[in-house]
Amino acid sequence: MKYVKLIAVLVFAAGLGACSSVDKKTDGAGSKGGSGAGNGSRPAATASWSDYTSKTKNGYSDRVFFSYDRHELSAEARQTIEAWSRWLRAHPDATILVEGHTDERGTREYNLALGARRATAVKNYLTALGTSGRRLRTISYGKERPSVAGSTERSWSENRRGVARPRGGGS
Amino acid sequence: MKINGVVLKWFAPVLLVGLATPALAQNEPRVVIGDPEFKPLPIAITTPTGSAMGKRIAAVVSANLKGTGLFRIIDPAAFIQKAAAASVRPRFPDWKVIGAEALVTGRIRTNPNGEIRLEYRLWNVAGGSQMVGRALEGPAKLWRRLAHKMSDGIYKRLTGEGGYFDTRIVYIAESGPVTRRIKRLAIMDQDGANHRFLTDGRHLVLTPRFSPNTQEITYLAYVNSRPRVYIYNLDSGRREAVGSFPGMTFAPRFSPDGNKIVMSIERAGNSEIYTMDLRTRVTSRLTNNPSIDTSPSYSPDGKRITFNSDRSGRQKIYVMNADGSGVVRISNGVGRYATPVWSPRGDRIAFTKMEGGAFKIGIMDPDGDNEKILTNGFLAEGPTWAPNGRVLMFFKQGRGGQAQIYTIDITGRNEQRAKTPASGSDPAWSPLLKN
Repeated sequence: MKYVKLIAVLVFAAGLGACSSVDKKTDGAGSKGGSGAGNGSRPAATASWSDYTSKTKNGYSDRVFFSYDRHELSAEARQTIEAWSRWLRAHPDATILVEGHTDERGTREYNLALGARRATAVKNYLTALGTSGRRLRTISYGKERPSVAGSTERSWSENRRGVARPRGGGS
Repeated sequence: MKINGVVLKWFAPVLLVGLATPALAQNEPRVVIGDPEFKPLPIAITTPTGSAMGKRIAAVVSANLKGTGLFRIIDPAAFIQKAAAASVRPRFPDWKVIGAEALVTGRIRTNPNGEIRLEYRLWNVAGGSQMVGRALEGPAKLWRRLAHKMSDGIYKRLTGEGGYFDTRIVYIAESGPVTRRIKRLAIMDQDGANHRFLTDGRHLVLTPRFSPNTQEITYLAYVNSRPRVYIYNLDSGRREAVGSFPGMTFAPRFSPDGNKIVMSIERAGNSEIYTMDLRTRVTSRLTNNPSIDTSPSYSPDGKRITFNSDRSGRQKIYVMNADGSGVVRISNGVGRYATPVWSPRGDRIAFTKMEGGAFKIGIMDPDGDNEKILTNGFLAEGPTWAPNGRVLMFFKQGRGGQAQIYTIDITGRNEQRAKTPASGSDPAWSPLLKN
């Protein structure tokens, strides 16, 4: 059932295609702002990962964000991961290391476990979208590697993230 | 037994005069920890005679006892009787008049084999009687350990509790910007002396814990982007991964007999608690639940394990039998509970609690009763017990600040910053060092 739902989301996203804003960078908390609306028709076929996730070109992010103490993927996070999936299809030799991170508000060991849940949630969606699990590896950093310093709601929301680190495929 | 390859001999209590009669014993100076009427016990610590080392030993002993918050160290400038004379025979009225209730005297000799012999005595000033008389022997370069053993002897006699000065701390030394923090395994004596780094900072390291024999440390290291549990041997400097698993292994602790590691093993995003027998390499799964199960800690008798789980929907503290049966939730309050650590005495479990935007360090009975919060902070985490079960060490960080290590008495008194050269976190207190 879940799988059917995922496919539906994918078809929906693909159907919106070039002229919609769905493909633009989606998470308001992210630092990689979305300016790529309208440029998203088939970016995956040729783009390198850095082009693909750069702020200025296609506007996809290399990361997705989570709610406090949660590991469920938001609709926005799924759209970002769907873009990664397309890139992976266009680069069949590439692999991705998925990092799971938390904000600082939690104990160290629990946050390691929570980061693993988040990384796995991302990995599971990529495999549901068709990527072989063999091309995906997860790692949890817990609260050890915040992307931004600071102890505010804003920095916390940026640090609760899953990050894709590609290997190969012109990354 | 060996310490850095040097054989130490500790002499059993010897000596001597004036064994306290029961009547005198009632007048003995005594510190009752947790007494609401408590006042620090005034104690005079004279410089052991016979060696220049005496001054340094007296300084270490004074700092140890002062650091407990249980004693008032009388300024040596007030002393009337000279230390040399007192070490032969104290003139008790001279000590009484300056307010001393307890007096420490000592002598140092060099043995023919080059080792030093430290004789010390603890005196009941009011009763004019000896409470402790003991000789300690060891290599001169381990003079600090002699001083810590002497401190332990005095503390034990005056409080009735076990000592904790002849111990070490392993912790994570932190440096660099928050987003690229460098973390190194570091070790030091309980008082901050003999500090050294065990790793160079190339790999992220976390959560070190001592083995019961104090010569091994289990911890988490990210080597080649794979977070795994390792054991570091302090004698050899050797580092070894504990098993090989597809997922992350983390949150390790030794069993009380030192034969097992209990830890979390993550597989497909789910963390369960396992033990691994260090001799047979056999692993046993203790939990089986889609929730997060982590931070396991054995009871000192090895029969039970307390751990952290969010199986109820929120982080709470549980206790189970060592084979994983009989799981009972023990934390009853609101808020998130984490990092349970069983006291070496077995009578309490220390924990971290997150509630109302603050982190708190507390203790509770192993059945969850008598919860008591000792301190709090913006971030505060990771309590570890002194071997006598009377003092906790933990780390704390202000908003936007640096993590620092602190100690606190389990009565909630005497919160003090531990002496680390820079920022530190994840402290672990060793058991009493072995001879």
